[in-house]
Amino acid sequence: MSHPSVVTIDHRSAPRTLFSGDQLVDVDLPTGTRVIYPKPPIAPLKDVNAAIRYAINHPHNSEPLYAKLRPGMKVTIAIDDISLPLPPMKRPDVRELVLTIVLDLLSDHGVDDVEMIIATSVHRRMTGPEVRHVVGDKIFNAYWPKKLYNHDGEDAANMTYVGTTELGEEVELNKRAVDSDLVIYVNLNFVPMDGGHKSVAVGLCGYRSLKAHHNPRVMRACHSYMDPGSSALATSVERMGRVANAKLNVFTIETTINNRMFDRPLEFLAKNEDELTSAEKTSLRALRFTLSKLPQPARQAIFQRVPSPYGVTGVFAGETEATHVHTLKRAYEQYLVPVVGQADILITGIPFISPYNVNSFLNPLLVQVMANGYLFNLYKGVPMVKKGGTMIILHPCTDQFDNEHHAPYIEFVHRLLPETRDAMELHKRFEGKFASNPAYIEMYRSGHAYHPAHPFFMWYWGEAGRQHLGRMIVVGADNEYIPKLMGWETARTMDEALRMAKTTAPPKPEILALHCPPTLMTEMSVSSPRLSGPPDSLRG
Amino acid sequence: MAASYFDVDGTLVTTNLVHPTLFYLQNQPTPLHTAAKLGRALLKAPWMALAELRDRRLFNELLFSSFEGMSEDRLLLLAEETFTKVMKPKLYAGARDLVQTSLDKGHEVILVSGALDFLMVLLKEHLGATGIIANRLEIHDRYATGKLLRPVVAGPEKARLIREHARASGHDLDECFAYSDSYSDVPMLSVVGHPAAVNPDRKLTQLAEAYHWPIIHLAA
Repeated sequence: MSHPSVVTIDHRSAPRTLFSGDQLVDVDLPTGTRVIYPKPPIAPLKDVNAAIRYAINHPHNSEPLYAKLRPGMKVTIAIDDISLPLPPMKRPDVRELVLTIVLDLLSDHGVDDVEMIIATSVHRRMTGPEVRHVVGDKIFNAYWPKKLYNHDGEDAANMTYVGTTELGEEVELNKRAVDSDLVIYVNLNFVPMDGGHKSVAVGLCGYRSLKAHHNPRVMRACHSYMDPGSSALATSVERMGRVANAKLNVFTIETTINNRMFDRPLEFLAKNEDELTSAEKTSLRALRFTLSKLPQPARQAIFQRVPSPYGVTGVFAGETEATHVHTLKRAYEQYLVPVVGQADILITGIPFISPYNVNSFLNPLLVQVMANGYLFNLYKGVPMVKKGGTMIILHPCTDQFDNEHHAPYIEFVHRLLPETRDAMELHKRFEGKFASNPAYIEMYRSGHAYHPAHPFFMWYWGEAGRQHLGRMIVVGADNEYIPKLMGWETARTMDEALRMAKTTAPPKPEILALHCPPTLMTEMSVSSPRLSGPPDSLRG
Repeated sequence: MAASYFDVDGTLVTTNLVHPTLFYLQNQPTPLHTAAKLGRALLKAPWMALAELRDRRLFNELLFSSFEGMSEDRLLLLAEETFTKVMKPKLYAGARDLVQTSLDKGHEVILVSGALDFLMVLLKEHLGATGIIANRLEIHDRYATGKLLRPVVAGPEKARLIREHARASGHDLDECFAYSDSYSDVPMLSVVGHPAAVNPDRKLTQLAEAYHWPIIHLAA
């Protein structure tokens, strides 16, 4: 029997409502399609502050935080950036709650030399209002910008070489953190690829360290970014994190949240369409109509500017690896939906947001990373779609970029992709030059642009999906140029896309559809449900 | 090796060509000389305003004609003080970082400016840049004639000089960078493979957005 979050479409089923960027689209899916919904949100902790205090006083494989403190010591607190969660969390963000308790504790123990670093790695710098949203008014007013600031991976004077792993991966980290007597990392775990050694070893590093694992060779060896045990990326980061932790005194605080992405008026977006009440059906129709009439910036504002009412489901602290085991367990508890049998065709909408376009537009390269990277990888076990199978996505693929945040992306998409889509060639011929482009570096350092190596990382991020999938078909693209650049086919409707996909699929193909957001993950096992049923030839 | 070509006024410093010129005029050997120089400059002001709108080269020639009659010794003597008092405090905070990043990446860094060479040499040394393309006063019998030596560094001529410099130095222009704040420098920005707008004026902002050139905002 399948999990309640797996709904099989029959002839009475209502159309499914999927995201296509910041629009909602109704699609009629063929009978027999299995639609995977997110699990209902786990009940949040009743007293988050008590849970934080308990976690730091009863840490995993570490002495309590208070026992690590002594007057006059130098402490650096590193904080996850705005790429998590999506959309940003309603205030107070759980990081504010953790920081408030930790800062009070430091003050009580006579620790005055405290600096807080937003662990942006090569992401864009967060703006003042964004930092304020995460840390709260009190902390922001007291510390920003001198004692609370963004990491700068290109500030050579403030980066320190820490060591090299047995496989030659160089670990270079933020000097302030390396020179500190204690580093406290405050994490918010949104998906299972977050946290653990990634926090310090990636969040506080620069290009020199990132290129050890953000490259086509490592990405091709990843068999789900969301399953650290099967991810060459996670394994590399773990090796580098161990080198870092051997030198730094790291105390990790990780938090998990549930998947309550939509607040009450939009909660129905996570529900099975067959179970919507009349009022919810009316609201859905009204929302769809409104979105279809609004200009794009207004649609973006509706979804991105409204913070999500995520509930905190766990707080764990202590030594990095021991802590992360508990975090992963809680994250999987929320996200994992067991699914038996891979699909020949996987259908998914691409929503309006990714970790890299908070407060900006989801540009074509990010559509690619959402499809081939994130959504393809939302599995543990085996991929949702069989090797050589087809993925159908819904997105307009508009040729639009944020000139500031994604400046280097534009050149990557419009100058490099027309030359080659081969990740290895892009890596060898162009990445070095891009990564050392002084204009883009200055935009990263003093503006709010992603590092010039980031678009390459985004392309490599899609590498595992590209290597596995046979075809990618886009439904609803508003142009032919961008899908062609990405190596994708286009279809005007879902019916047309399915007809195209079936030409290279076996007869009566298995079809899976993802109904996200909110976030979900599949726990895939390979055995086909057909094995337990009658053979195809005996079916009606 | 690539080269990075930087416009100076408005790009690396907040000052323009007028500020150092005024400092020179205010620091003549006697108050009478100062009053005479400033008076003459004031008379030329409407013509300069008109020239600024129509032709950058003409503006430069009118402005620098104010140096007529100044001794070469005095020009050089005042250069250090002009640089220290007028230009150095007005350097954008991020300018040094931008130049340093270019040097760190192995670029030759050339300052391309309509300003006078003896001032640009000091800025070059201060920033650690590798070369200058700047205007030069004509000197006759150790006194400035008030004329500029050819070629006059302004507008489209900057683009030609950059091309010439790149060819002479063996740089591939497609690999070179250029930075400017002004729409009048579009020719200079257009000849390199990597143009960037720094604190751009309105027209250059529009153009940079249309062509997706990087736009850098350096804090004052």
